[in-house]
Amino acid sequence: MILATFVSSLKRQSNSWVLGAIQGCHMSTAAQATHTVTPYKLHRLDNGPSTQITYTREEALKYYRQMRTIRVMETTAGNLYKAKIIRGFCHLYSGQEAIAVGMEASITPEDSIITAYRAHGWTYVRGVSVHSVLAELTGRKTGCAHGKGGSMHMYAKNFYGGNGIVGAQVPLGAGIALAHKYKGENNICIALYGDGAANQGQIFEAYNMAKLWDLPCIFVCENNGFGMGTSAERASACTTYYTRGDYVPGIWVDGMDVLAVKEATRFAKDYVLKHGPILIEAATYRYHGHSMSDPGTSYRTREEIQEVRQKRDPIGKFTDVIVNSNLVTKEEIKKIEDEIKKEVGDAAELSKSDPELPAEALYTHVYSNPPPGYKIRGCDDTISVLAK
Amino acid sequence: MATLAAVFGAATKHSKCMGYCSRLINTTFSRGAHQLTVRDALNSALDEELERDNTVFILGEEVAQYDGAYKVTRGLWKKFGDKRVMDTPITEMGFAGIAVGAAMAGLRPVCEFMTYNFSMQAIDHVINSAAKTYYMSDGKVTVPIVFRGPNGSSAGVGAQHSQCFGAWYSQVPGLKVISPYSAEDNKGLLKSAIRDSDPVVFLEHELMYGVSFDVGEEVLSKDFLVPIGKCKIERPGKDVTLVSHSKPVGTCLEAAKELAAKGIECEVINLRTLRPLDDETIFQSVIKTNHLVVVEGGWPQCGIAADISARIMESPAFNYLDAPVLRVTGADVPMPYAKTLEEHAIPQAKHIVTAVKRVLGLP
Repeated sequence: MILATFVSSLKRQSNSWVLGAIQGCHMSTAAQATHTVTPYKLHRLDNGPSTQITYTREEALKYYRQMRTIRVMETTAGNLYKAKIIRGFCHLYSGQEAIAVGMEASITPEDSIITAYRAHGWTYVRGVSVHSVLAELTGRKTGCAHGKGGSMHMYAKNFYGGNGIVGAQVPLGAGIALAHKYKGENNICIALYGDGAANQGQIFEAYNMAKLWDLPCIFVCENNGFGMGTSAERASACTTYYTRGDYVPGIWVDGMDVLAVKEATRFAKDYVLKHGPILIEAATYRYHGHSMSDPGTSYRTREEIQEVRQKRDPIGKFTDVIVNSNLVTKEEIKKIEDEIKKEVGDAAELSKSDPELPAEALYTHVYSNPPPGYKIRGCDDTISVLAK
Repeated sequence: MATLAAVFGAATKHSKCMGYCSRLINTTFSRGAHQLTVRDALNSALDEELERDNTVFILGEEVAQYDGAYKVTRGLWKKFGDKRVMDTPITEMGFAGIAVGAAMAGLRPVCEFMTYNFSMQAIDHVINSAAKTYYMSDGKVTVPIVFRGPNGSSAGVGAQHSQCFGAWYSQVPGLKVISPYSAEDNKGLLKSAIRDSDPVVFLEHELMYGVSFDVGEEVLSKDFLVPIGKCKIERPGKDVTLVSHSKPVGTCLEAAKELAAKGIECEVINLRTLRPLDDETIFQSVIKTNHLVVVEGGWPQCGIAADISARIMESPAFNYLDAPVLRVTGADVPMPYAKTLEEHAIPQAKHIVTAVKRVLGLP
């Protein structure tokens, strides 16, 4: 497995990794395969998720397509940013795709998600089209928040953002879980935060109340190693984030392995519905800087980034796994790749040419229930618009 | 907890005195047959709305088994149980965030801050999580939450427990901010706030909880609502307009009574809602009286009175003014503990009487 990954990575480096699947061309594919994951680490749990995961060809194709779409979408977003078509903040998810895709695979659309500012990938897996994500980034009315939200504020059904305030989404997520429990629904909320946010006080307040009230909430620390430019070791006196809920049980999972994340999430959903909150630390990495203004090389080396791309990349590794298992052929991978490039390319073109909302929309959706006749003031006293 | 007990004790003691004063000056439904304290008005509003809608629940520190630090939620936990009335640990930021999350996901939380001074620990969730989400999502996510608790100057509790946050919260688009005065206001506006689909900051006054008001039969009804975003003219008058909110409305009525004895008729406007502000009612009054004094318990800088003064300047009502607008506000200092100093920091009727005489050019 390690050798396979290594060889595959070498091929990738020479820009031919898609064609470089270790085994030769398969004329037929298997219906399912079994995958062994890096062992989980457990905190206050007698039993953990399974380390042997059986999955189907359809699942393999779906997870590959989703992860690859996010990767291409984020690369495209980076290019649109450099072309000054995307403004302001833009935090890319490249490197972390296995977490969103693996978690979504183990929940239903009736379960809820809230995440932090690195939200594009999550928005996509929650059902928003690539076009609607990119158009939100370009501020166009076809964006999922019609251009009013931007990079950090995207929403969908049972997807509550996209929150730009580091740590704030964690108690919000516990509150969403409370609503599920209150309404007697058999659903959960996943509240995601980074290793940087893991030191925010309100996270510990949320753990405490979630445990007191047995809320069906999975707290997920996406540990990508850096809170902006501060490494986990320089920010946290304890870097075993899966243990930091103290009385809340925890699981460490390889966040670069979509199947491991999926299985950990399946286990966690089952657990929280029966016993209250659990914590997952998903070990991952981000390839880009913290945001577009950060080259991402002053606090880590280019070699480090390159090594992760070669040895731990969630998409490259998964490609090797599914091709080596005869679930998917390299030709199919190539075909999917081409389809994604076209889909994202077309979406990018639309998100450049779609119009922005008209200026009057500045004054809409300040209140859902404005008092009759209430007018909203513009920049001077001559501008006063009826609230809608 | 010693501090909290002191706060409650002080509030209760002072409230009795205020109740007496208030009955003398109250003009609201004075022909009504019923007496209702602000505390009971709030309690019945909560009780009725919990009964009416299963998605309404209360959470906060000591709201359940302790019956509320100020007894506003008295009896509700016994009646509705753990699910509907939830005690939280002393973690404002955490429970305010949980409340907002629950609202986003379809519940109608009433989030009590033991006092608004402690809401500073949670202000990020009030503003960034509650107020802005409907706009950021362009209408996809509503946040039907009520934050409530005592606000404004208390009695003898020092600087950290005595402050008005009306101006702070009323600056924020997306929030509705209510600052009621009477029992009628408190009942009807809290019920409207709980039923509203937008986030509401509901600012009660520590020293008003024990104050009794005469109310009409309709106020006792389960269907009694007061509209958000409308002022109430508490006392009509022709010579000068007094605008205020919360407890200082009572101070204005006291001053108006004193001035009436001298032949000066004040029109007293109770703002009720600070945002959206019903400035039209103020403009119409100023066009009639040609004089305006704005009174508030909060600090002068960037305050409600300052904002109303600016709105008058920008409105046609400005041309009807016969004298500059004057402000009577809390003194521009942190609240002192000592009794005499504290009295000097809070607007009194004498300050209003003096201001009225000045705008009218009287000695």
